[in-house]
Amino acid sequence: MKAPAFRYHAPRRLEQAIELAATLPNARLLAGGQSLLPMLNFRLLAPEHVVDLAKVEGLAGIDELPGAVRIGAMTRQREIEFSEVVRRRLPLLAEAIRWVGHRQTRNRGTLGGSLCHLDPSAEQPMVAMAMDAVLDIASPKGTRRLPMHEFALDLMTPAIEDGEIVTAVTFPQWPEGHGWGFEEFARRHGDYAIVAVAALVLRDGDGRLSRASVTLGGVAATARRVTDAERCLVGSRGEPAAVAAAAEACAQVPAMGDAQIPAGYRSRLARTLAQRALDRAIARTGAVA
Amino acid sequence: MSSPSHPPSDRCVDHHEIRLRVNGRDICARVEDRLGLADFLREDLGLTGTHLGCEHGVCGACTVWIDGHSARACLTLAAQADGCEIRTVESLASPDGTLHPLQQAFRDHHGLQCGYCTPGILMSLAELLRDVPDPDESAIREVLSGHLCRCTGYQNIVAAARAAVDRLRGAQ
Repeated sequence: MKAPAFRYHAPRRLEQAIELAATLPNARLLAGGQSLLPMLNFRLLAPEHVVDLAKVEGLAGIDELPGAVRIGAMTRQREIEFSEVVRRRLPLLAEAIRWVGHRQTRNRGTLGGSLCHLDPSAEQPMVAMAMDAVLDIASPKGTRRLPMHEFALDLMTPAIEDGEIVTAVTFPQWPEGHGWGFEEFARRHGDYAIVAVAALVLRDGDGRLSRASVTLGGVAATARRVTDAERCLVGSRGEPAAVAAAAEACAQVPAMGDAQIPAGYRSRLARTLAQRALDRAIARTGAVA
Repeated sequence: MSSPSHPPSDRCVDHHEIRLRVNGRDICARVEDRLGLADFLREDLGLTGTHLGCEHGVCGACTVWIDGHSARACLTLAAQADGCEIRTVESLASPDGTLHPLQQAFRDHHGLQCGYCTPGILMSLAELLRDVPDPDESAIREVLSGHLCRCTGYQNIVAAARAAVDRLRGAQ
């Protein structure tokens, strides 16, 4: 259970990191290491080079922008968890981040690392999907911006090429008074979720829901927005029948199954957790003037 | 200063020079690139209080402080600790051997049996007690959720943590 031999690099500047990532053969980027190190210790990976991003300047921090919050890719989950800005402006992320691993792993794990690892049940990709977050991806050719739904290609497969580095994630803010809910089930707290649901809703002046976002984790190969569920909610008053229809739409998403957790069980969890997340989100909506 | 147990660089194995502070002591060492922090602490520095259990971040036995926060030493390369301040379980007791209030409480409340998981749990609870002076039981259990103990059933660990909280608060 020791990592295979590799060459370790700790660049200080982003240009150096990009050049290393673009030119070194069989290189892996190291962010917080909370997923990469287990994979190395299990020898599921055998990179020739590991490029540590921890000392690269300018990759960590939480910035308030007009209508959005930009979080550096190397920002540790601990900083997000205790950020007053995140609690105030991205309450869904603040709630979800407490479900990520344990205190001891959140102290090291990073937002960008989780998005690039792209585990199907991970919470941070779910929130990025739920909020239509946009990723800044730097390469020798410059920086491109990619929305989360285009970034999450398939099971643990982000749309990122060799030599590209995710540098920041911008979360567009939902208007004040929106409601949010995050529900998760795992056999033990801190384990990977079997199923998790993220919900956002916004009421208009007449009390009708004008916007809704429903995202499943652990059901499909990546975090999955359920537009059928969102359609059930928009225009409704968030009444029980609308919520039940939305939850049923979540149960209809084709679910992964394996020897321990059959697909039907995931679908039942998706229905139940969607119901709870939406109930909570709707209860949290404030009156809009 | 330690004498590295790992051979100097050859054609196959890459090395890095790291400088860090461990339990208040400045260390400069040459480490193999793939060497884990826990192995560095144990094998190179002789700090065998940090235990290695699962080596993939689940059991928590290897928990140490990195720059003041609890972390898995098995999920950290020694090279990543360059420039960092590390604290291990050896730093808890006073130089004269007086146990830290947490350690004394574990002794008093039978908070350990085999003791394998204990160093990591002590480091996590020490962080909690530093950050939250009066944690409730759910906060204690949430921190413990990052650790596996197969002996105690956790009840006595919670009792020990509560006793340490009371003692530390009484001392203020």
